[in-house]
Amino acid sequence: MTDVLAVADHRRGELRDVSYELVTAGRELADVTGGNLHLAIISGPVDDFAEKANREGVDAIHTVSHGEEFNHDVYTQAITQLYDAIAPQYVLAPNSVNGLDYAPAVADELDLPIVTDAVGLEADGQTLIANREMYGGKVETTVEVDAESALVTIRSAEWPTAEGTGDAEIEAFDVEIDEDAIGSSVTGFEEVGGGDVDISEADVLVSIGRGIEEEENLDIIRELADALDATLSSSRPIVDNGWLPKNRQVGQSGKVVTPDVYIAIGISGAVQHVAGMKGSDTIVAINTDPNAPIMDIADYAIHDDLFDVVPALTEQFQ
Amino acid sequence: MSNGLCVLVPVTEVATVEDEFEIEGTAIADQYLGADLNEWDDYAVEEAVQLQEAGLADEVVTVTIGPEDCEQTIRQALAKGADRAIRVWDDALEGVDLLDVGAKTELLKAVVEAEEPDLVLSGVQSGDDSFGATGVSLASAVDFQWGAVVNGLEHDLEDGVASVRRELEGGVEELTDIDLPAVLTIQTGINEPRYASLRGIRQAQRKDLDVQTLADLGVDASAVEGDLELSEMYEPETESDVTVWEGGADDTAGQLAELLREKGVAQ
Ligand SMILES: Cc1cc2nc3c(=O)[nH]c(=O)nc-3n(C[C@H](O)[C@H](O)[C@H](O)COP(=O)(O)OP(=O)(O)OC[C@H]3O[C@@H](n4cnc5c(N)ncnc54)[C@H](O)[C@@H]3O)c2cc1C
Repeated sequence: MTDVLAVADHRRGELRDVSYELVTAGRELADVTGGNLHLAIISGPVDDFAEKANREGVDAIHTVSHGEEFNHDVYTQAITQLYDAIAPQYVLAPNSVNGLDYAPAVADELDLPIVTDAVGLEADGQTLIANREMYGGKVETTVEVDAESALVTIRSAEWPTAEGTGDAEIEAFDVEIDEDAIGSSVTGFEEVGGGDVDISEADVLVSIGRGIEEEENLDIIRELADALDATLSSSRPIVDNGWLPKNRQVGQSGKVVTPDVYIAIGISGAVQHVAGMKGSDTIVAINTDPNAPIMDIADYAIHDDLFDVVPALTEQFQ
Repeated sequence: MSNGLCVLVPVTEVATVEDEFEIEGTAIADQYLGADLNEWDDYAVEEAVQLQEAGLADEVVTVTIGPEDCEQTIRQALAKGADRAIRVWDDALEGVDLLDVGAKTELLKAVVEAEEPDLVLSGVQSGDDSFGATGVSLASAVDFQWGAVVNGLEHDLEDGVASVRRELEGGVEELTDIDLPAVLTIQTGINEPRYASLRGIRQAQRKDLDVQTLADLGVDASAVEGDLELSEMYEPETESDVTVWEGGADDTAGQLAELLREKGVAQ
C-alpha cells in the first residue's frame, strides 16, 4: 500500500487544468510513499484525455470508457473498483463541483477518512498532513490523518501543472458498472449569465461585495462606476440577493475577469471569488478588515469604511 | 393527510470570527467568536419550507449536531417555518475538536434511519470549516441518491424524481434528474430566505426540540472518534506586497484617485 491514485477532472469534452495539478500533487506524495502514481480517467473521450494527461511523473493511466459526461455513480463505482485493484495508500480528487459530487461517496464506500480542499500536503509514510483554510481563508490549519489510507480533494491552482511528456502505460480498466445503481441522469447544460454586459471585456471594474449591506446603498457604487467610466461587477452574495443580475458576478461560478484595474469594495476575497479576478493587472481593495484575505492579492489597499472612502473617491472625479 | 414528502434539513451553527482575533492553541480565542445559522443551511430551510407551502411536503424536520448553546440557532430555523427539530449531542462529543465527515455521517445516518425522510436538503458546506462533504457522504451511507451544489429544484417532484440544476464552474449549470429518496446539497441563491416573522419567532418557542444522545440513536462512541486531528492553526503566510494608504478618507481617496489617473482611468 504505497501507491497513489489520482482522478482526472473533465467537463464537456475538455480536460480541466486541475488534472495536471493532481499529477504534480500525486507525484509528490508518491515520491514520499515510494509507490507509483496512477491516474484514472473516467468517461468522455478517454483515449484523447489519456494522451494529454500522460505527463512526466505518471506511472500508469487507467481509462474507463463509460458515457460522455460526468455521472457520480459511474465515478463512484469505477474508483472503488480501481481502489480494490490497485490498493493505493492515497486517493486524490479535485475539489471541483463534480469532485465534491463523488469523492465523499467514494470515501464512505471505502470507509476512508476524507479531507477536502487541501492547499498543501505532506506525508512521512505513516501520517498524512494536509493544510486547509478555515473561516473563509482567515486562518490556515494543519490536519493530521491518522489512518492507513485516505482520500483528499485538492484545491485548484495550488499545485503547479505537471509538464513534459510521460511514458505511462495506458490501459483500459475493466470495470463492471451496475446500471441499476445509477439513480441520476444529466438531461442538459445551460450557460447562465449572458445578457447586456460582458464584465470580462471591461478595462476597469468597480466590484462590490456584502460590505454594502443594503440594496439602496448600491447607488454610491453606481455613482463611482459612472464617474470612473468603469463597469460594475460584484461578489456572489449581491447576485444571490437579486440586487444585480448574474452576469455581474465575478468568481468560480461567475465570470473570470482580467481588467487593467479591479477595485474590490467590501469584498473579503474568498477563494471562489479570487478564482475569478486574480489575473487582474492592478487590484485595489477597500475593506475595513486589514486581515481580509483579499489583502493577500491586492496591490493597493485602503483599510477604511467604504461609506467614507467611496463618496470621497467619486468626488475626485466630478 | 396527503402523501406528501417528509423533508429533513441538517442545520449547522457556524462560528463567525471578528476582524481582529487571536489564536489560542488550535482554535480562535473564544472572545473573538460569534455564532450564526450557517448561510447555506438558511437556503436549505427556505427551500424545504417552500416545498411545504406548495403542498409537496408534509413535514420539515431539522437536525443539528451541537451542544445546548446552539438551540437559539435551531429556533431560528423553526421560526422560519420548520415543524420540529432534533438536536444530537452527547458527552462523548464534548472533547472532539474536529468532528470529521465520517463521524457526522454516522450520527446523521441514525437520524435518517429513524425519520425516514424522502428528501434531505443540506447546505453545500458549512461556512466555518468548509468541508463540503457531509451531504454526499450521508447519501452514500443511507443508500439515497444525491446531487451536490444544487441551485435550482423544480417543485413538482412527480413520479419520485427531483429535477435539479447543479451549479458547475464558469457559469454553466447542469440539469439533472435524481430519483428520490435523495440528498441535495443546496447552494446559496436558490431562493430568497425569509426573515422570521414575530409570529414565527413566538411559535418557534413552542415547537418540539428533541435531544438525542448517542445511546438514543444507537451509535457507538467509537464511531465519532474519527481519524482526523486538527494539529495546528495559524494565520496564513502572505507573500503580499500590498501598499496600504493611510490617513482619513479624503487622503486615501486622493491617493487612489492619483493612481487611477496614472493608469488612464476616466480620461
Ligand atoms: C461552490 C461555491 C461557489 C462559489 N462561487 C462564488 C463566485 O463565483 N463568486 C463569489 O464572489 N463567491 C462565490 N462563492 C461564495 C464565496 O465563498 C463567499 O461566500 C463570497 O465570495 C463572499 O462574498 P463577499 O466577499 O462579498 O462577502 P463577505 O465574505 O461577507 O465579505 C464582506 C467584506 O466586506 C467588508 N466590509 C464590511 N463592511 C464594510 C464597510 N463598511 N467598509 C468596507 N468594508 C466592509 C468585511 O470586512 C468583509 O471583508 C462560492 C461558494 C461556493 C461554496
